Amino acid sequence: MSDLRNLTLAQMRDGLKGKQFSAVELAEAHVSAIEKTNAQYNAFITITRDKAIEMAKASDAKLAKGQGGLIEGVPVGVKDLFCTKDVLTTAASHILDGFKPPYESTVTTKCWEQGGVMLGKLNLDEFAMGSGNLTSYYGTVKSPWMKDGKHLVPGGSSGGSAAAVAAHLAPIALGTDTGGSIRQPASFCGIVGIKPTYGRCSRWGIIAFASSLDQAGPLTRTVRDSAIMLNVMCGYDAKDSTSVPMDVPDFEKALTGNIKGKKIGIPKEYRPDGIDPEILAMWDKGIQLLKDAGAEIIDISLPHTKYALATYYIVAPAECSSNLSRYDGVKFGLRVTPEDGSLTAMYEKTRAAGFGKEVKRRIMIGTYVLSAGYYDAYYKKAQRVRWLIADDFNKAFEKVDAILTPTAPSAAFGFDYKPTNPIEMYLNDVFTVPTSLAGLPGISIPGAINKDGLPLGLQLIGKAFDEATVLNVAYALEQAIGFNTKPQGVAA
Amino acid sequence: MSDLIKGNTGEWEIVIGLEVHAQVTSNSKLFSGASTQFGNEPNMNVSFVDAGMPGMLPVINEKSIEQAVRTGLAINAQINLRSIFDRKNYFYPDLPQGYQISQFLDPIVGKGWIELDMPDGSVKRVNVTRIHLEQDAGKSLHEYSPKSTYIDLNRAGVTLMEIVSEPEMRSADEAAAYLKKLRSIVRYIGACDGDMEKGNMRCDANVSVRKPGGELGTRCEIKNVNSIRFLHKAIEFEAMRQVEIIESGGKIDQETRLFDSAKGETRTMRSKEDAHDYRYFPDPDLLPLELTQAFVDNIRNTMPELPDQRKRRYIDSFGLSPYDAGVIVAEQEYAQYYEQLTAKHDPKLASNWMTGELFGRLNKLGVTIEASPISSEKLGGLLALIEDNTISGKIASSALLLAMSCICAGAGGCACVP
Repeated sequence: MSDLRNLTLAQMRDGLKGKQFSAVELAEAHVSAIEKTNAQYNAFITITRDKAIEMAKASDAKLAKGQGGLIEGVPVGVKDLFCTKDVLTTAASHILDGFKPPYESTVTTKCWEQGGVMLGKLNLDEFAMGSGNLTSYYGTVKSPWMKDGKHLVPGGSSGGSAAAVAAHLAPIALGTDTGGSIRQPASFCGIVGIKPTYGRCSRWGIIAFASSLDQAGPLTRTVRDSAIMLNVMCGYDAKDSTSVPMDVPDFEKALTGNIKGKKIGIPKEYRPDGIDPEILAMWDKGIQLLKDAGAEIIDISLPHTKYALATYYIVAPAECSSNLSRYDGVKFGLRVTPEDGSLTAMYEKTRAAGFGKEVKRRIMIGTYVLSAGYYDAYYKKAQRVRWLIADDFNKAFEKVDAILTPTAPSAAFGFDYKPTNPIEMYLNDVFTVPTSLAGLPGISIPGAINKDGLPLGLQLIGKAFDEATVLNVAYALEQAIGFNTKPQGVAA
Repeated sequence: MSDLIKGNTGEWEIVIGLEVHAQVTSNSKLFSGASTQFGNEPNMNVSFVDAGMPGMLPVINEKSIEQAVRTGLAINAQINLRSIFDRKNYFYPDLPQGYQISQFLDPIVGKGWIELDMPDGSVKRVNVTRIHLEQDAGKSLHEYSPKSTYIDLNRAGVTLMEIVSEPEMRSADEAAAYLKKLRSIVRYIGACDGDMEKGNMRCDANVSVRKPGGELGTRCEIKNVNSIRFLHKAIEFEAMRQVEIIESGGKIDQETRLFDSAKGETRTMRSKEDAHDYRYFPDPDLLPLELTQAFVDNIRNTMPELPDQRKRRYIDSFGLSPYDAGVIVAEQEYAQYYEQLTAKHDPKLASNWMTGELFGRLNKLGVTIEASPISSEKLGGLLALIEDNTISGKIASSALLLAMSCICAGAGGCACVP
């Protein structure tokens, strides 16, 4: 592997400034690696080689003049849920066949303004619905992590993003997180992923799954790189009514590593029966390391945690059933013309052909819970429980500065894993969903390697808009853990 | 009680409630910056938001909010400082998002009322249930091809106010008077141009019949009536239709009907069984709309004079009869014309000449006051001659007659113009 691809974002940034290498060299190293391995990993749906080289040249010109943004010349992979101007944008769905948006999302615009170099569009679960990157119309993504000589799933829905960063095909990637879609794949792939507070990043130009939960965030190999990326991605946007007009602090500066006296909450509800003992061991070790670093550990209770998954799987499908109504064959993407020429048949055939099984399932669940006679029993009740869950966190954060939990209940699984029902797959989100429902920031960092040689993730949850504390505690923990195992697929 | 219908089995009372859709006057749409200008080429006034493109998000237009609040204040209504936008979900090609953003449980304006001046001199108060804001849909065009339907999204996303009355009207006359009054109010305050021909104001009428004072009957909704005259006709037809069905032993099916203005009748559009389940829920792309009292007060303090206030002033200060005052204030253009006369002339004299001589002749000519061959200045000139006793009223009347029937049509250059 090229040495350049071993560098972190921060190292690339500094090396580019110091003229140790050029942005074009960086872009070339990554694009060639992607082209060489994409058949194996299938992490990218679209590779934008020409764009990458062109943007890198522009960055080199700026860098030569001593100019440039926060990530000038650094390659970036983009989850294919962000609309990118004139570049195929699919949401990994057949229904968006051939869709090239005439506009650029706010978050990607910010990335390019700060000097990011676009490598391409990354694979994901269809419309970000899934926990294994198994539902993409463009095929599954293989993680560079392997067991018994076989690739595992990268997690989802930002599976392409996580696999690409773990396989050093991109130093950083943009993801989105609705119920854990950044944090769970980061955990499965042994990298760092942060979902900032709901309202921190603009949703404008991100294809919507569940509007009240969707939030953009970065996947990186270090906490520092995540901090840098948050400074690139966050900020108020008048085009998104749910984005919050608040100043964005310098997150990288917040990384002092000093967490003396910080109060860290340990929720008792995150030890469900049957949880993998190796996960608990990793958690306990994380607690010990924080204690060693001078943090105060406080037992807390988040009593409504057990309702979070059910609540999420009502709220998110409800919103998705409405958000996905616009894919009707009338205006863009796929249209299947029926023989009888009728409008209803066009809708039915287009949507039947265009959406995959999991998306259809969620549209149907969402339609059901919003229907007359069921609205109060499901949607309305779920909204009420959602506020109870948020209130659990509010109360906890009166006593603590951050909360430490595992990210996912297991390590990555293989492609031969066949859940007996969809709920088994949904259980992957059990630790990440409560944070999403409460709109809080959450980060996943590699916590340990299990006996199979696979990474397990630790999650830190913070107060609303206090990403700085989350990042700094994560940074201290990252230093203490010293995780440096490379995926088998990359080390080989 | 002359409003009752005489059937074979006795008298029947009509019960009417109206839902008026008024297009809000604003330069841009409710949730996008696209223009609202009428008459542009199809799909010229369309933003990515209006077209329902992936990842696009709505942002509330403050002007639309202001207009709804102004309308609420004009009908003596409660302004809800917190209101919520909901999604009304259904599939239709002219609805690009697959849902209409509307307000369901928490509208921006609550209960209010307006007063109607009935021809017999009585005043009838009709309560308004609510006003909510919503997006208009686009238009399906069938005339371009025998096989395909084309879609024009110029209107998609334009702000509509839906003004919902209580079912308190008891005759087609009352319903027509209500619509007329409402139209007058929204035009006075500049919230809607009231142009029913362009569809900028249209109404749905809920009509049922019952034995006087009895239990409410099953109602039918007549959709999209686009003139006051048609509203009158549609209600009369519909009420008779219902009476005939009930009297011949049938029962009324709750349904949505259309008024066919060519045939002067209503007919079934869709039955209750075909009614949509709209799956309303709060739009997660929009936060609850919270207004400050200062925002509302500011609008209240800059309200123009309303028709009722102006009428009161004409009666109290000018000594006009309630009837004459009512006639003059009913249309904004009449009132403007009158105000121009009263600036220099005796208000009573001006009123007599306007409502008597001028209106009579405009009626005969079949022209509106804006197209009157006699401008307010010219009529003012005539009044001045009467006031200083240069001519008698009789001569003035003949002069006016001559002026309005002369081939010069008021343009001057001949002997007709005083």
